[in-house]
This record gives sequence, structure tokens and C-alpha cells, in this order.
Amino acid sequence: MARFLLRRSALALVTLVLVSILVFAAAQLLPGNVGRSVLGGFASQQSVDQLNHQLGVDRPIYVQYGSWIEKFVQGNLGTSLEYRVPVWSLLRTSLLNSLKLAAVAFVLVVPLSILGGVLAALRRGRLTDRVITLTGLSLTAVPEFVSAIFLILVLGLWLKVLPVTATAPPGSGFFTQVKYLLLPSLALVMVLFGYIARMARAGTIEALDADYTRTAYLKGIGTKAVIFRHVLRNSLLPTIAVIATQMGYLIGGLLVIEKLFNYNGIGQRIYTAAQNKDFTMLQSGVLVIAIVYLVATLLADILYSLLNPRIRFAASE
Amino acid sequence: MNAIAVEGHPSEARIARRETLGQLVRSKTFIAGALIIAFWAICAIAGSAIAPQDPLAQSSSVLAGPGAHHLFGTDQLGRDVFSRVLAGSRSILTVALAATVFAIVCGTSVGLLTGYFRGAVDDVVSRLVDAVLSLPLIVVAVVIVVALGHSTPTLVIVVGILFTPLVSRTVRAAVLAERELDYVPAARLRGEHSPYIMFSEILPNITGPIIVEGTVRLGYAIFTVAGLTFLGFGVQPPSPDWALQIADNYTLLPAGTYWWTVLFPALAIASLVIAINLMADGISQVLER
Repeated sequence: MARFLLRRSALALVTLVLVSILVFAAAQLLPGNVGRSVLGGFASQQSVDQLNHQLGVDRPIYVQYGSWIEKFVQGNLGTSLEYRVPVWSLLRTSLLNSLKLAAVAFVLVVPLSILGGVLAALRRGRLTDRVITLTGLSLTAVPEFVSAIFLILVLGLWLKVLPVTATAPPGSGFFTQVKYLLLPSLALVMVLFGYIARMARAGTIEALDADYTRTAYLKGIGTKAVIFRHVLRNSLLPTIAVIATQMGYLIGGLLVIEKLFNYNGIGQRIYTAAQNKDFTMLQSGVLVIAIVYLVATLLADILYSLLNPRIRFAASE
Repeated sequence: MNAIAVEGHPSEARIARRETLGQLVRSKTFIAGALIIAFWAICAIAGSAIAPQDPLAQSSSVLAGPGAHHLFGTDQLGRDVFSRVLAGSRSILTVALAATVFAIVCGTSVGLLTGYFRGAVDDVVSRLVDAVLSLPLIVVAVVIVVALGHSTPTLVIVVGILFTPLVSRTVRAAVLAERELDYVPAARLRGEHSPYIMFSEILPNITGPIIVEGTVRLGYAIFTVAGLTFLGFGVQPPSPDWALQIADNYTLLPAGTYWWTVLFPALAIASLVIAINLMADGISQVLER
């Protein structure tokens, strides 16, 4: 188990280094002279050079990369070119807001889609199965901002059951905040439902067809016990794996949803940074997203191996 | 190497192809998807010719509700929403289709190479692919589009390149299974060169997964391009693009009165992506049986 963890963490670290190089390279492609774009066309060449020197962008690229990573590891994410304040001071609030939104979406989608997938598998080939599978397939395909438009129109404006903004009035309690986050997170849920339900359905069907399920039935165990004790335990494993892979989508979806609802999250931050060419904010923000994603998948892998002894023992051999 | 078709008797391959087509035609999901896609494709080709009004023409009747004169109402600049919805399929379909073709060509080549040769190249490429895929696609796309500047070719290439690893992963998996079959060592013993074995022996045998991947990828391409356009990093105004119409008008939504400016383009996008997914589902059920 320890070896498995070690190898898995090392792999995540390698990926992270590669991602940081990619992000840095992309940020270097941002056109133009940094000092010039911050100070504007009328600033003197001298003050532009001075600012460039102060920001350190006149150094060779590999030195810049090294110092960025060195500071990043120490918790210094740099100074925002646009706001002239530490990046982390802005990013922290946004990250927290995004995590709230993602958490609501996550809490809604996981039980809902597992239930849908398992139900479809138990009614395989019948109408319930077709309806769940096709609904999931269709919802998954529709871009989140399009689903969000439908949700706003139907739930927010016509039925008036949910508020159409995502940000609760300042000082609201937990439940009010969740209520405001329901509409934007439902849009994310609609995209994710199809993927997770499909995996849960496939996993359950495989387990239902397995020999141990037949044996359990033949031993005379009741249907309910067979399903809960034998089928679900095996069928939910691949589902956990797919939930982890969808974390990347979830974070990307935040970019669009946060803009639509004008919600101060990390997606909105990256979006504004990209538009205003605030490249310190952009590269640190993207790297933070990559870290969140890698940590989430790492946790999912650990959970997966804890639930699945086959992996645990295979890795420790 | 091919079975020689006897005069008057169709070859085995042709019979198989006809059978596949027959199965597709009988698949209800495939037909439903294909019909909707055909409708939007006709709109894309005919463009403003079939729209009752010029999709770009502004008028003084701003934000008029749906009625006899403007079936779907007008937008903030007094443009006819119905005409814009009909003309709006062109931009998204061309960009998404071009990006998909780009990704399929590159991804198939990379997948064939890595799957066939394996070894160090495969390891390095797979690691890079994992690194790229560990970032949310749309975030990477935004960063690159900002860095390179907006233009339609850039959009096509960025989405195409981002989809390449996804395609190559599928193709690689298919190649790994194929290279264990007897015909590959047989060709090698015959003294065929690797490129010949990859492209003339293995490739024809994995067209099924590639076609399925292509249709699925087309759906994702529309998803991604629409998202980028909504964010302002994709198709640029004054195009009547659907995502652009939503981006232009969604801020009016909370007031609740001008729903027609966003509802109809949203329905158009939804119908197109659902149709593509239905078609992909139909194709995969027939080909992966």
C-alpha cells in the first residue's frame, strides 16, 4: 500500500512539473512587452525598462521559470500585474467560492447519477433504462451555459422557485448560500450526470452477469441482499474512477458557469486575467487549478485502492 | 491481398458494408440524429438565402417580442432572431467539423505510431498527453487563444490539437489489440515496411473505432467551440453564431422580459449537439457489436 501511494504521488509530481512548464510556456506567448502593456503607450522607455527589471521579465526565460517555481513552492504566487496586489490574496477568496459551488454540484450529482445508473442497469433493456440512458446522453452533450439558460428561464423566471443570481447577499447563512448556488450547480450536474450514470450502469450490469451474483442467488439470498452486498460493492468501483476523471471537467465548467452567473470564483479570475493579459495571475491561477485537480484524482485513486483489495495487494507485491 | 471480386458478385467487404448501412438505417436514434443534423447542415450551406430577413440587418424595432413579422422576435439591435438562428449554424458547424477532422488525422497518426512502436516514444508521448489532459480543456484553450490572438484558423487548430491526444489514446488502444493478431507478424515476415503495415494493414481494420471516435469528438468540438465563443474567445461578432447570440443577450435575462433573444439560440445548440450524440450512439451500437 505504501509503495502504491509513493509511486502514485511521484507520478502526480512529474505531471505537475510538466503542467507548470506548459503553463509557463503558454504565458510566455502572450504578445508584447509586459512593462509597456502595464504602463501604456505614453510611458517613457526608461520607466518601462525599470518596471520590466522590477518584475524580472528582462531575465532569461529559464531563470524566470526557476524563480516562479521557487516562489510558488514557498507560497508566493507573485504580484498581479493588473491589481498590483499579491495574486494569492485575490485567488484565495475565489478558490473558496469555486470550491463551494463545486461541492454543491458534487453532492447533488454523485448520489443522483449512481441511483440513475443502477436503476437503469436493474431495468436493462426496458423503458426506464432507455429513458435514463438517452436523457443522460443528451444532457451530457449540451454545453453547460445552454443548460443554465434553460434552468434560469424555467426554474428562475417562470416557476420562480430559485434565485437567478449565484451570489447570496452578504452575511447569509449556510442554507441561503446553498439555495443561491443550486441553479449554477444544477447546470454542472446536468453535464456530469450522463457520464457517471453510464459508468454506474455498465459496472452494475457487469456485476449482475458475474458468476458470484448467480452463486449468491442460488444460495437463496434475497434479491435486496444480493444487490446491496454483492452487486453494488463491485459495480461502484469503476464509478469512483470516472468521478475522479470528471473533476477536470467540473473545474473547466466553472469557467463558463461563473461568467454566466457573474460569480467571483477561480474560473472568473482566470477569465478576467486572460482577457486583461494579467499573466502572473493567469499562470499561477492555472497551476492552482492543476494542483487541485491532481490532488482530487490522487485522493480518488487512494479511495479506489482502499475499496479494491486487488489493486492494493497487486501493488505491494 | 484483397479478395478478388468475381464478375457480378459483390466482394465480401461490400456485403459487410451494405449490412452495416442496413443496420444503421434501422436504428431509430441514428435516423433521428441524422435528420436533425441534415436540417442544420442545409441551413449552414444555404445560409442567409433561406432566412426570411438579412441576419445582420439592424432595424428600429428593438427587442420586439415574437410575432407575425418577427417569428422569434428581435434582439437589442433590432435584428431578426429567427433569421439569425437559421444562419447561425454555419460558423459552429464549419469550425467544429474542421477541428474534428484535424484531430482525427493527427490523433490517428500519433496513435498508430505510439501503439505500433511502443517503447520510449510511447512512454514520453503518453506522459505528455496525461499532462495536457490533467488541465481542464477549456482553460488550456483560453490560455492558448489569448496568447495567439483570435481568428477562426487559430480556433480550429487549438481545438484540433487539444483533441488529438484524446483521439490518439483511443486509436492506440485499438492498435495494441490489432498488433497481436496473426496478420501483423505475417506482413512483417513478408518483409513489409512499418509504415505500410501501420497504414495499409492495421488502419483499415480499426476504422470502426475511429468513426465512432470522430462522431463523439464532433459533439465535444461543438461543446468546446460554443463554450469558447460564449466566453468571447471563439467566433467573433457580428457573426450570427448561436453561442455569440447568447453571450450578447444573457445579461438581459434576470429582468425576465426578453427571453426570446436567448431561448431560441439555446434550443438550436441543444438540438444540434443532442442530434450528433444520438447519431454517435447509433453508429457505435452498430459498429462495436
